[in-house]
Amino acid sequence: AALKDGLRSQVSAALKEGRVTPTELCQRCLALIKSTKFLNAYITVAEETALKQAEESEERYKRGQPLGILDGIPISVKDNFNTAGIETTCASNMLKGYISPYNATVVQKLLDQGAVLLGKTNLDEFAMGSGSTDGVFGPVRNPWSYSKQYKEKSVLKSHSEDEESDWVITGGSSGGSAAAVSSFTCFAALGSDTGGSTRNPAAHCGVVGLKPTYGLISRHGLIPLVNSMDVPGILTRCVDDAAVLLGSLAGHDPKDSTTVQDDFKPFELPNLTDVSKLSIGIPKEYHAPGLSSEILALWSKAADLFKNAGAKVIEVSLPHTRYSIVCYHVLCTAEVASNMARFDGLEYGHRSDMKDSTESMYAATRREGFNDVVRGRILSGNYFLLKQNYEKYFVKAQKVRRLIANDFVKVFRSGVDILLTPTTLSDAAPYTEFIQEDNRTRSAQDDILTQAANMAGLPAINVPTALSERGLPVGLQFIGRSFQEKQLLSVAKWFEKQVQFPVIQLEEVKRHDNGVFQHQKSASFS
Amino acid sequence: LAPWVPVVGLEIHAQISSNSKLFSGSQVQFAAPPNSLVSFFDASLPGTLPVLNRRCVEAAVMTGLALNCSINKKSLFDRKHYFYADLPAGYQITQQRVPIAVNGSLSYSLCIDNKMSQMVTKTVRIKQIQLEQDSGKSLHDDTRSQTLVDLNRAGVGLMEVVMEPDMCCGEEAAAAVRELQLILQTLGSSQAVMAEGQLRVDANVSVHHPGEPYGVRTEVKNINSIRFLAKAVDYEIQRQIEELENGGTILNETRAFDSKLGCTVPMRDKEGKQDYRFMPEPNLPPLILYDAKSLPANMNHQQVINIDWIHERLPDLPSVKREKLVEQYGILPEHSFTLLNEDGLAEFFESVVKHTQMKPKKVIGWVLNDLLSYLKQHSLTVKESPVSSFLLADLLNLLEKKEISSTAAKQVLAELWKGEGKTPLEIVKEQKLELLQDQKELEQICQAVIDGQENE
Repeated sequence: AALKDGLRSQVSAALKEGRVTPTELCQRCLALIKSTKFLNAYITVAEETALKQAEESEERYKRGQPLGILDGIPISVKDNFNTAGIETTCASNMLKGYISPYNATVVQKLLDQGAVLLGKTNLDEFAMGSGSTDGVFGPVRNPWSYSKQYKEKSVLKSHSEDEESDWVITGGSSGGSAAAVSSFTCFAALGSDTGGSTRNPAAHCGVVGLKPTYGLISRHGLIPLVNSMDVPGILTRCVDDAAVLLGSLAGHDPKDSTTVQDDFKPFELPNLTDVSKLSIGIPKEYHAPGLSSEILALWSKAADLFKNAGAKVIEVSLPHTRYSIVCYHVLCTAEVASNMARFDGLEYGHRSDMKDSTESMYAATRREGFNDVVRGRILSGNYFLLKQNYEKYFVKAQKVRRLIANDFVKVFRSGVDILLTPTTLSDAAPYTEFIQEDNRTRSAQDDILTQAANMAGLPAINVPTALSERGLPVGLQFIGRSFQEKQLLSVAKWFEKQVQFPVIQLEEVKRHDNGVFQHQKSASFS
Repeated sequence: LAPWVPVVGLEIHAQISSNSKLFSGSQVQFAAPPNSLVSFFDASLPGTLPVLNRRCVEAAVMTGLALNCSINKKSLFDRKHYFYADLPAGYQITQQRVPIAVNGSLSYSLCIDNKMSQMVTKTVRIKQIQLEQDSGKSLHDDTRSQTLVDLNRAGVGLMEVVMEPDMCCGEEAAAAVRELQLILQTLGSSQAVMAEGQLRVDANVSVHHPGEPYGVRTEVKNINSIRFLAKAVDYEIQRQIEELENGGTILNETRAFDSKLGCTVPMRDKEGKQDYRFMPEPNLPPLILYDAKSLPANMNHQQVINIDWIHERLPDLPSVKREKLVEQYGILPEHSFTLLNEDGLAEFFESVVKHTQMKPKKVIGWVLNDLLSYLKQHSLTVKESPVSSFLLADLLNLLEKKEISSTAAKQVLAELWKGEGKTPLEIVKEQKLELLQDQKELEQICQAVIDGQENE
């Protein structure tokens, strides 16, 4: 079995048949993490506990009693999920050294099924950002920066530049998780998605990024950014694997009152062959300013792909899309201001040495603990929540949010099954270029295509589609109806099969993966 | 001098009597070791979420029904933000937009001119009842320049009961709070013991001339007993009147009642007016309650609260109990008022009545005059009474059967207080207090006395 194998189809079988052991898998991943350290995808590598978990898994396989498909599978978790006994930092000075006493529900579920927790991945501080560049542990590098595909394309310009500075961002804020999956250091990773934070880096790193319906997966233990929009996100290398993860994580959690009570039935994804009964909507507003012509062309090609396969492809309108960024800004900053109020240095986390008074201690702690981005959002949020501003901003934004959500309701009610849109405006930018603009500007630009799905609570998925002219991944997004993940993922899987996105060619991976190469046909889309 | 009309409103926080806190599973217990009853959520550990405690909702519904409120079938939770050491999350979860109950009323009785025989009934409107979290406790250690924080109380469920400014003086405020206390204790929704912080009262006081708009009001806090409530309110009314008559103005401020000095003083300035930046609590969906009509057929009854079901099971409220006592035993309203005002006294009375042939109308005198005054003199509760209801019943039986005189009975009672375990009959025999019934014997004694007199 190879590191690049799909869970359901290959790795699981290999584990069951003893062709590879959990310990071997774990060791390979840990070794690869070490040799890809320059990516800065991991904040904490839990080597000891991971190996122990792998050993225990191995015992179970020996006894013929694995807990399920995920038993022995190495997984990484974004560092804004609580993991008992393992540091949880949110890439912030505020929580450096913070060891949580409890596991997030999703983490517990993974562990209960025998998954091996390799470590905590890097992110923008408190998940605020779209580049994974604004955490205290430094930026995450997109593995594709070091891929043969990218290097080949940048041969022409790099001779005068330092290769080091040529690397591109992962996107964010779950950049560490996306990079980890993309570079084969784990089989799947948890991210979070509030405005696109799972789908955006998934697109830039060429992996599958699933944002489930709000209320489907428990947020208990996910350190919140915007409680009314956050969801745990799933990053994998293929759609089937995303379905496996979804099946193991979804369902009501009594600890999270915003999860739905209905029973969730894990499903096996059908192999759709006939899409002729599908109606695909193309929202015209997603032809956003700044959308690269490359991506526009890909989007168009994808639409044709469905059309040629017999599906009904129609243009639809989501007229309030253009308000979603400013609406998000108000609601997000307001909730941030509220959620961050607990970080006062008293019970946990960083505490300043300032001792003149409780209030001065609070102020100094928060100044020292939070970066500019976080502090900026807190100030904005508090402004919008002031009594004199509440109606004008917060309530107004809630109303606009309702309008945005209704746009989707109307479109889905008119018979459209799935929406097809780009995920990002362009392929990944070089780091040096990305940091020319501030976090707020970047977020406003980059979230435009992903953000509305969070406003409406809808499920959405990025499927890696093709390589750009620069040799970097480009993905397309499918948005589905509430709680219709099965349909969404079935369509995504069909599309994935059609486009045959190429496997990343990374030196480091070649070195560590002694297994038989599952050479996926590179009948790439573009 | 134009008359002044004082106006008093109250904000009362009653701690809900429940096993666990409003939004988390940690225990509710008075005087536990510091920080021993704190869940991850109470400590505001990042990533924790609130989960609503059903029992707390039921307590609020019961209380709302008992106070004649409309129960809102849909109510909402909000965050109220401020920074303080005893508020770990930096916000309190409360109900600011739509509370669980609104528009009720509370009737209470007052004695006119301190005469028990002249009781008058008054009513105060209940604006609303809301569910909210209690804060932790912070103790300021000035000598070491530190603040000690105990989070045991953080997150305990509270019902905030807001009484409209329908009261006019300390006595009314005290009587209203007393009645509320009795109601809460009868319902079991709160133990409402002020000394243990289970019932906290803040008073809003203002004065104005008749026909003019209400004056500026002050808020009075730090009131630790019902007695002090009356004092604090009356003091504040006087203070405001004097201030205004001297040409001064009343500041819209918060004042603390100093029980030692018997006055109100301005509280430390909280740096201008607070903007609490209220925001809906995003982690709690709206609270939906049902009644018999709206309850869907297929609903799991464990998951819902049926207001009608709770209504049917409400115990008799104090006002009903008082009426029943009057009706059943033929006692006066002021008697039944006193019976209910002392914890356990009504039960004591009923027990005595059950075990004696003496008519309740006569028993009541013994219970209210002799028994109660003795208890008061010695600061004892009914539970702590050395004379049990059975003993008193035995004594009253002797009196009723004319085996002793009422003077003798009082003597026996005095002896019984010593709590030496003797029965009334034993004491009567010891002290030779039996009434003589034999006619001839009496004649002999009288004759002897007369003879004795003649000899002088």
